[in-house]
Amino acid sequence: MSNPLAHYLIVSAALFSIGLAGALIRRNAILVLIGIELMLNAANLNFIAFWRYGKNPQALAGVMFVIFSIAVAAAEAAVGLALIIAIYRHYKTTQVDKLDQMRG
Amino acid sequence: MHWSFYIVAGLTIGSAIAAMSLRNIVHCALLLTITFAGLALLYLQLNAQFIALAQILIYIGAVAILIVFAILLTRGSDAAPASTRPLRGIACGVVIAIAAFATLARAIGSSAAIRQTSPAAQTATVRQIGQELMKNYIVPLEIVALLLTAALIGAAVIALQERRRSE
Repeated sequence: MSNPLAHYLIVSAALFSIGLAGALIRRNAILVLIGIELMLNAANLNFIAFWRYGKNPQALAGVMFVIFSIAVAAAEAAVGLALIIAIYRHYKTTQVDKLDQMRG
Repeated sequence: MHWSFYIVAGLTIGSAIAAMSLRNIVHCALLLTITFAGLALLYLQLNAQFIALAQILIYIGAVAILIVFAILLTRGSDAAPASTRPLRGIACGVVIAIAAFATLARAIGSSAAIRQTSPAAQTATVRQIGQELMKNYIVPLEIVALLLTAALIGAAVIALQERRRSE
């Protein structure tokens, strides 16, 4: 575990696990979205770490993937928060376990 | 590893844990900003300057502000603060997360592929990134532009719908 790539991968794994725990535990829909953002960021950190310490860093594929990933994550955050605001207008709550209208 | 890595990594992970565990949701959003800033510092340490600046501009400048606005617009639902999950649910989520982390850490520790790394410092200049975007990645770039336009228009339509119907 002395090489730097493993350190970055461990940090990324920790961030992913924290985001997963948050998305599973928290009841507020905004905090669930924050957990998903943390998981996406962990994936981005992995891409950059592998690009930097990979065998062929001349190829910019890692950087390109992160640029597109950030763009898609921004679109996801905008649509997700708009959905949360629409749900709040309708049900007057953002607690995810109170939104059980479709339960059979 | 340089000592600055441990400081930045500790700051990032600590603020992420705090952002996911604090009760006040505004504090969570502000700590999330610190997490994003720590990630930008990690990108700088990895020689990815453009990605670090994009992270600061997009995540701290746009996503964090968007989350704060969403919190302000949905305020009032948290008037009753007694909205914690039963202890069993929390324990279940934490156990799942720890299991995921243990699996990932084991895989990282035992992987042979990550031991053969090239230590040569390599940078991606903005010129290289721009040329790559205009040559090899031109179609994905256009698709992302279309996706962003559609997603932002869609977000505005979704958020406006309810008010228009009640008028």
